Amino acid sequence: MKSFVDLDGVSLRYGETEGTLALERVNISIKPGEFAAVVGPSGCGKSSLMKLVTGLLPATSGSIRVAGNAVNGPLKIVGMAFQNPTLLPWRNTLSNTMLPLEIVQPHRSRFRSHKQEYVALAEKLLESVGLAGFGDKQPWMLSGGMQQRTSLCRALIHNPELLMLDEPFAALDAFTREELWTVLQDLWLERKFTCILVTHDLREAAYLADVVFVMSARPGRIVATHRIDLPRPRPLDLTFEPKFVEIVQKIRNEIAHARNEIRSAAPQPQKAI
Amino acid sequence: MTSRRRQLEVAMPWLVIVSLVIVWQLVVELFGIAQFVLPAPTAVFSAFMQYREPIIDHALFTLVNTMSGFAVGILVGVFLGIFIGSSRLVYAGLYPLLVGINSVPKAAVVPILVLWMGIGQPPAIATAFLLSFFPIAVNVSTGLATVEPELEDVLRSLGATKLDILRKVGLPRTMPYFFASLKVAITLAFVGAVISETVASNDGIGYLMIQSASQFRVPLMFAGLMVIAAMGIATYSVFAMIEGRLTGWATRRQDTHFGGG
Repeated sequence: MKSFVDLDGVSLRYGETEGTLALERVNISIKPGEFAAVVGPSGCGKSSLMKLVTGLLPATSGSIRVAGNAVNGPLKIVGMAFQNPTLLPWRNTLSNTMLPLEIVQPHRSRFRSHKQEYVALAEKLLESVGLAGFGDKQPWMLSGGMQQRTSLCRALIHNPELLMLDEPFAALDAFTREELWTVLQDLWLERKFTCILVTHDLREAAYLADVVFVMSARPGRIVATHRIDLPRPRPLDLTFEPKFVEIVQKIRNEIAHARNEIRSAAPQPQKAI
Repeated sequence: MTSRRRQLEVAMPWLVIVSLVIVWQLVVELFGIAQFVLPAPTAVFSAFMQYREPIIDHALFTLVNTMSGFAVGILVGVFLGIFIGSSRLVYAGLYPLLVGINSVPKAAVVPILVLWMGIGQPPAIATAFLLSFFPIAVNVSTGLATVEPELEDVLRSLGATKLDILRKVGLPRTMPYFFASLKVAITLAFVGAVISETVASNDGIGYLMIQSASQFRVPLMFAGLMVIAAMGIATYSVFAMIEGRLTGWATRRQDTHFGGG
């Protein structure tokens, strides 16, 4: 099957030739409709990877292809969500959710004339994540988990082919986080978009993803790839079963190994900043 | 409880002003201060009543100058702010120059303006403008420059243009900064207009004050001051009211605080 997202020998260096190397010869291939997770120690360039795939940053070398086309500038079909929900405080929940429709074609030009239709669409989406009836609330009236649900809805309202998630649940409490895992899984099973989830939570990665890419510390390289062949939909209880714990342990060991590799390497003179 | 607190909050400014006037009156009478040093509020009031027609004429002249300069200040300030705030290159290039311009005492510029424009209304409007555009430009540019980068990423990955980001996020986000700057700028515009009138005009509160000072009519001077202060407060409250309507989301904490009691 042809891959949907394809990174071939991608390196990224911030600044000129002297600058920090954030990513080194990264190869990643993600099939259409696949759920991929990228895990690694903090500062390994996971977020840089996201910016590269969406075309917000140009790669220093290597090639990036999304949906068969080389990425040369910001993609126009992507939904994004971050650790911070970044909702607009002057818009209510419904109107925050509909923001992409005011920008992405063809919705953009039909937005005014077909407003009712879009409102219904957004309300349905909010309902599916458990936010029925909260459309007219301002963001600050919502809890952190509800804000993050809204942020997910905003990322998905225009039916993007690619969803990029940068530690979307990192700031939430454990119960809310696990609840949102199931919400995200349900949305993905229903809509089958391609998804790249950047996270440092190994259980989160193993629970949600079809394939987990393990990155080394800076400069980030892919040190291992895991296929998670657990049946869907995965119940939350699965995360306490031995086979699941075993997968998580294995990934954890690889990351620990990647960290030690860096530490045991000869101490290089730090670049003055 | 909360409704009584609200009533008190509304009454507070008046209470402060009235008590200040009472203290002022008492101080003048108790210490027998001469009228040409510090006139009592009663003397100021009677001077105002006696000369109310010329005072109001001059005040209107000053008000027109202030508002014209302020209007130009808003236009220039907003465009300059958008221009500076949307590009780091422009920011780096223009900001030092703007700070330099703003550091020049405007009283020193008035003679130059008079040289260029003659006396009366034109230099008064120009001075009001010069004093008022700067805080507006600075605040608008700050509001735009501090848009969260993640939010910008969200929009850019949807294919939003710079103009889209400005319209959907930048400008709404800048509104609280903009209104905060309006409240500063309107008072500065009054200062500018009056400075120019004291130097080069035959009308306006500034002129009235210079004239009455040269004749030692100190109560009349104070009456002029009071009128300017009153106009300043009035325009300030108008903008504060518009601000409350348009940018309530930015001051929500106070509202929820009262509600949460």
